[in-house]
Amino acid sequence: MKLLYFAWLRTRIGKAEETLDPPAGVTTVGELIEWLKARGPNYADALKNPKLVRVAVNREYVTLAHALKSGDEVALFPPVTGG
Amino acid sequence: MIRVQREDFDTGKELDALTRDMTSVGGVTSFVGLVRDVAGAEKITSMTLEHYPGMTEKLLAEIEEEARRRWPLAAVLIIHRYGELKPGDRIVLVACASSHRDAAFDACRFLIDWLKTKAPFWKLEETSAGARWVDAKDSDDDATKKWDKSS
Repeated sequence: MKLLYFAWLRTRIGKAEETLDPPAGVTTVGELIEWLKARGPNYADALKNPKLVRVAVNREYVTLAHALKSGDEVALFPPVTGG
Repeated sequence: MIRVQREDFDTGKELDALTRDMTSVGGVTSFVGLVRDVAGAEKITSMTLEHYPGMTEKLLAEIEEEARRRWPLAAVLIIHRYGELKPGDRIVLVACASSHRDAAFDACRFLIDWLKTKAPFWKLEETSAGARWVDAKDSDDDATKKWDKSS
């Protein structure tokens, strides 16, 4: 699974992207975020406020209940501020 | 038509080109977003726009499609820049052409409101007090919600 991080989520986690293979118990976006938070204090800090985390899977906005498939591109980012 | 680019654009040339040879068009509305030089109490020295290549273009194309479903538009143009910008620089151009002004005005407002809360761009401001990521505003969410068909 390819993970992408943007804006302050990228700087707090310390990388723009990585490829990870979550365990079988991680089936939804919400479970993926919980699993990531346990990977280290940088992840826990970046993802501590769920209200400030937006998720796109394969470039579509999704909710925490969205079911993940292997090979998905999962992007985590803060609320957008373009325009 | 959607363009995501680092380079500046010439607003006048873009608007002229948008409706060239389209004699059924009665009017064009446009919105140009610029970099402000203040953020709260601090002076901004520069702003860097980050985006999600691939998703940005997809979202903007979807936003254009939605505007075309709602209003009879002869032409639509969205140009959004990324990279480092200075105060006064152009960030975004939204332009809508239609036979009549109501559709052009409404669609232009809809597009910029929607884009601000959906398109995956993030602003990093460099100020005299250091760099900081711009926070999303609730007022922008409210501006988008008012276009919800359900409300």
